[in-house]
Amino acid sequence: MAAKTDLRRFPGFLTITVLCLFVLYAPLIVVAVYSFNASTSITKWGGTSLAWYVDVFTGPEAPKFQQAAINSLVIAVTAAIAATAIATLAAVAMTRTGRFRGKTLSFALISLPLMVPEVVTAVASLVFFTAIGFTTGLTTILIAHIVFCIPFAYLPISARMQSIPDMYEQAAMDLYATPREAFKLVLLPLMTPGILSGFLLAFIISLDDFLITNFVKGAGVETLPTAIFGSVKQGIKPNIMAISTLMLVVSVVFVSLSWLVGRMGQDKNQET
Amino acid sequence: MAAGAPMGGGAVSNVYKGNTAKLMAPAWAMIGIFLLAPVAMMVMYSFLTKEFRGGVIWDFTIAAYDQFFFDRGLFGDEPPTIEWTYIGIFWRSIWQAGVATIACLLIGFPTAWFIATRRPSTRSAWLFLVTIPYWVNLLIRTVSMKFLIRDTGPLNELLLWTGAVTEPLGLINTNFAVQLGLFYSYLPFMVLPIYAAVERYDFSLSEAAADLYSNIWTTLWLVILPVVKPGIVAGCILVFVPSLGAFLAPDLLGGAKTFMIGSLIEEQFKGSAGNWPFGAAASTILLSIVMAVLLFYARSQNKGSER
Amino acid sequence: MASAEIAVDIDNVVKRYGSFTALHGVSLGIRENEFFTLLGPSGCGKTTLLRSIAGFEEVTGGTIRLKGEDITNLPPHKRPVNTVFQQYALFPHMTVTENVMFGLLRKGWSKPESIQRVNQVLEMVQLGDYAQRKPSQLSGGQQQRVALARALAPRPAVLLLDEPLSALDLKLRQAVRVELKALQRETGIAFVFVTHDQEEALTMSDRIAVMSDGEVQQIGSPPEIYETPVNRFVADFIGETNLLDVDVHAVSDGMARLSLPGGNGFTCPAAAMRGPGKGHLSVRPERIALCAQGAGELDATVTGRVYLGTDIQLHLRLADDEAMTVRLQNSETTVVPAEGATVGLKLEAGAARLLAD
Repeated sequence: MAAKTDLRRFPGFLTITVLCLFVLYAPLIVVAVYSFNASTSITKWGGTSLAWYVDVFTGPEAPKFQQAAINSLVIAVTAAIAATAIATLAAVAMTRTGRFRGKTLSFALISLPLMVPEVVTAVASLVFFTAIGFTTGLTTILIAHIVFCIPFAYLPISARMQSIPDMYEQAAMDLYATPREAFKLVLLPLMTPGILSGFLLAFIISLDDFLITNFVKGAGVETLPTAIFGSVKQGIKPNIMAISTLMLVVSVVFVSLSWLVGRMGQDKNQET
Repeated sequence: MAAGAPMGGGAVSNVYKGNTAKLMAPAWAMIGIFLLAPVAMMVMYSFLTKEFRGGVIWDFTIAAYDQFFFDRGLFGDEPPTIEWTYIGIFWRSIWQAGVATIACLLIGFPTAWFIATRRPSTRSAWLFLVTIPYWVNLLIRTVSMKFLIRDTGPLNELLLWTGAVTEPLGLINTNFAVQLGLFYSYLPFMVLPIYAAVERYDFSLSEAAADLYSNIWTTLWLVILPVVKPGIVAGCILVFVPSLGAFLAPDLLGGAKTFMIGSLIEEQFKGSAGNWPFGAAASTILLSIVMAVLLFYARSQNKGSER
Repeated sequence: MASAEIAVDIDNVVKRYGSFTALHGVSLGIRENEFFTLLGPSGCGKTTLLRSIAGFEEVTGGTIRLKGEDITNLPPHKRPVNTVFQQYALFPHMTVTENVMFGLLRKGWSKPESIQRVNQVLEMVQLGDYAQRKPSQLSGGQQQRVALARALAPRPAVLLLDEPLSALDLKLRQAVRVELKALQRETGIAFVFVTHDQEEALTMSDRIAVMSDGEVQQIGSPPEIYETPVNRFVADFIGETNLLDVDVHAVSDGMARLSLPGGNGFTCPAAAMRGPGKGHLSVRPERIALCAQGAGELDATVTGRVYLGTDIQLHLRLADDEAMTVRLQNSETTVVPAEGATVGLKLEAGAARLLAD
């Protein structure tokens, strides 16, 4: 008797899936492995060593990368905070108010940064800042980042808010809480996992951005991605492998955190 | 479970309703001022005259578009002929993006299907595995791919060492390399929507088809694909659109022969050789193509849900 | 006992959602210290009315007065009424104590005072030991008691209960009914209780308002509603009844003379009928006695028998094809006729209710 699972099994699909995962991970694993290569040639194996990691932090290019890393971090944290705050307010308006005039337009607006191709956003931003005479630098990078981080922060926050029925806020108001108190004491705590998730997502998106940052940064300012790109243009050096691996680890950690936080919130609020 | 929809909405939505303007204001301000206005300005720039060292002179003209489409002035002595260089670049970009999309589809669909048909307890683990690479910086991923496939890279070393080839595969700086790079960049965008659609697929349809003498491949073609089509279409759009305007993959993995829109535009804004209006014009054209695709997609979605 | 003072005065309240009218000018008065039930089928407007009292629905017309004060336009957090929600709506991120304390803190009570009151109320609902638990760690019945405690802690003027027992299983529901009734007596607060379960309404209420399609059909004590329904809807909705088509010949001195199906005459209180015409006679199945054919007011044939444990339910058909039910107590002395047998039915004059519609 043919088992039910046969209808779900297509021969070759498992192979393709494995191949897919292989292709996805191979380059990253190779880079990670070679980052521990002792020899200066990046393709011949010379023994395991942490030399390149040391070089990243203390070598001739270290100050440049360190400054770039600091810039990236500061911008990412600031942009994520701003984007999360803006996205939270927008999510409240979009999910808690039924229909209002301009709602579809507002939703289109929030999704706009996702729909415009990155290079177009980059050009538009550069043109804008030049036209109004705003000197390009850290501030322009920050502004551009906040804009494209908003939809990324918005997604988990809005999803979370939609899953919280408004009966809790009603109960709060029934018990003499003003609308503001109901928001602060009931809705906000219940939304925390979504807000955190949104923040982490926005943080990573900002940290990773290259193209837009490259256009609006002007001369003399580097973020980590632009610094890495500049270095790669001159040839892939072993310390690039080390930095890449470091960034790899950081990204994975943050995304896992974001996912875990989202999951925790779900479990916590399971009602019997 | 939410308290009833029409009734439950009353008190809470009334509370926030009055404040929607205030709540949406920051988002409107930020995106309106720093994205909408800039895009409008960019379109306007495409109609200005190029300044010598980059930037613009406020002289309105269609010179940029003229340069893009025609090899002689539109209003010259002889009728203009089409300039194929730039159109060719756009066309190649569409083609590259198309190939990448198809590659993502051919690999992504089986992967999504496979994951969606795992036991619920392992499904999220598989999903996690597929999406982790995406969360690594695109630059890092593209650099890694470059490192892997270039002539002196580990892949060629391995092949040479095992004797499978006698000289390095000239993979880098080819169309293939760019397509591989695009595939690598956007694959999860194909997998996730298809996964979502397959997860919702009602397997009793497959059982009915089998009951009516269909083998699994006919079932796939006649029953499954039509049902999960929305997911497939979404995935294709999510891969095609970013691939079209991509910069990193063509720049790092490709060369002069594989020039794409992203590189063309980026070139216009670098240093003193650039032509800002021209770059703005190319960006405007790219934006129009993308918006047209998205609008078409949105329309087809609406039609579907109205049925 | 419920006093004659009005706690909640609902005056001609209208509620419209666009083109749909949920409440068509409802007026009623809920007395102090009364267990008042709003009873009706789904969609009758009972929940809408309750939510209007709480302030979650803005009324389109009419006024609501609480102890004389007009609260029609007050937002919910300014009304001294509290609600026990159907799904309890306990704040998942707070402990039982924090939940129950919530309303007190919002009213400005100090923490020590609040804690004292919380413990007092938790004792009242017998949940003293669960003070530090989170809602997800409680059973359905326990959650419901927390919801009660939370709503009672701020000493509201009126307590609103929105079908609070519907999520509980039968045995638990029956136990909680008794507790709720006792709680109302103990606190002396007017309870406004919404349910679609007429048995619940009959056992718990001091007075019931039967609603249908956004209108109040009848307000009265359980015996009044059951014994003397004013129209077909109420007669049919509460318990079971037989509705016989009758012709009223004359009405005098409050008594009506009418013809039953089958031709026999019958006299009973005129109730809503003012003069001759067609009407319905409502007779409860348990108030009909069996006798020999011809010896009672009606003759009928037995078409079916249903064993209900406590009772036997007989289905019968009259000569004019009208269906009737009779309930016989399941005791040793009861004689249950066989299917197909023809029997006579005796109607108790006092138990028959004449309805105008």
